Amino acid sequence: MALKINKCDILIIGGGPAGLEAAYHAAKAAPGLKISIVEENFLLGGQLIKQTHSFFGSKNQFAGKRGFEIAELLMDRVRKNPDIDIHLQTSALGCYEGGIVACESMAEGCLKEFQPGRTIVAAGARENMAPFPGNDLPGVFGAGAAQTLMNVYGVLPGRKVVMLGAGNIGLIVSYQLMQAGAEVLAIIEGLPMIGGYHVHAAKIRRMGVPILASHTVVRATGKSTLEEVEVAPIDKNWKIAGESTVFQADTLCLAVGLTPGTELLEQSGCRMAFVKELGGHVAWHNDRMETSRPEILVAGDVSGIEEASTAMLEGKIAGLAAAEGLSGLDLSDEISRAQQELAGIRKGPYGEKACLGKDKLCKLSVR
Amino acid sequence: MSSEQDRDIIICRCEDITEREVRECIRRHGLTTVDEVRKILRAGMGLCQGKTCSALVRRILAEETGKKAEDIGLPSARQPAKPVEFGIFLQEGDR
Repeated sequence: MALKINKCDILIIGGGPAGLEAAYHAAKAAPGLKISIVEENFLLGGQLIKQTHSFFGSKNQFAGKRGFEIAELLMDRVRKNPDIDIHLQTSALGCYEGGIVACESMAEGCLKEFQPGRTIVAAGARENMAPFPGNDLPGVFGAGAAQTLMNVYGVLPGRKVVMLGAGNIGLIVSYQLMQAGAEVLAIIEGLPMIGGYHVHAAKIRRMGVPILASHTVVRATGKSTLEEVEVAPIDKNWKIAGESTVFQADTLCLAVGLTPGTELLEQSGCRMAFVKELGGHVAWHNDRMETSRPEILVAGDVSGIEEASTAMLEGKIAGLAAAEGLSGLDLSDEISRAQQELAGIRKGPYGEKACLGKDKLCKLSVR
Repeated sequence: MSSEQDRDIIICRCEDITEREVRECIRRHGLTTVDEVRKILRAGMGLCQGKTCSALVRRILAEETGKKAEDIGLPSARQPAKPVEFGIFLQEGDR
């Protein structure tokens, strides 16, 4: 049975901040290009839809607005453009010869195939798991999953929470759990210092929640669901170095980092590289977000773990670079302005890691 | 990862594979790659297709072989990237 293949100009995999900005800027710079976005979720906006806190950063990236408001703005300008075709509840299953990308539409219960001129993979990242006894007990959540339950579905994951990880996700989700009525007993951090922004950590401390640095979760226990979380201090080699404390908790959230979701890039034969600062393996890419395969670009967390503001700019750069390649227009000025803006955002203390990672990547050869 | 205690830590949730099983399998067969562990134990062959466990398996492989985790390659990423019902391959999409 022959499938009708959608021969769009640009296929964007992932409708989060990177993918939406890629679509918007490509369509704006080169009117007439046919752009398709496939998004696994039933809503566009990626992780932004559940961010209830205000963002900082630059004006152009909507500083001062709350995450879900930014998502609405980005969605709105994409929806208004008739050249952009949106496929919700549609996930990319694989990349095949001839540049064909097969997707499953869960909404329509069918297969959709695309054969685009350029593919921008903006598939995001997934939460890391932590190995400790009892990590499979009901009540143990990824912190992002708990945030989705709470802020997208309106379901409180539990009443008494221990958070593992004092990076921004751990801090922000802890605060939001408290806003939603849960009690956060402690935030546990393996490193000797808090990883997230001071402003988020300070809010947590003002609420009286202890942040235990140089500590880890030893085990989680409970009969059929989580009842207790045992926590102990550790030394710099991550060995237990003191007496345990036991928290009576029904929820343990894991905020122990993200890993780029690179399967489609690996399948496509893109050159992969391990860069610790970017969260693990990523597809090699240049400062125009082009991978080792000329027709495939990347943007956002899939190209290295950062945040929404940098994802938006990477999306913009990828969208412009793809549009330039297909339309023959010269968009180099606009691309270099976006690159400068991105470099500006990464100049802050929290951009250091990403800068280091992206620099490492640039020093590697394309093959 | 703690080396002395509880080896019954779940590494692959989809297929219920523990840290003890992964380590024993690596030692018994002299394994060096995630794909080998996957083929023998099924860790990473379940519903999530290794999205949760392959990083943990790589860390264990690194510990057992004395290599750096970054030098343990990625498992092969085959299509489909997520489990789908066979039926959808029989449906003709409208676009």
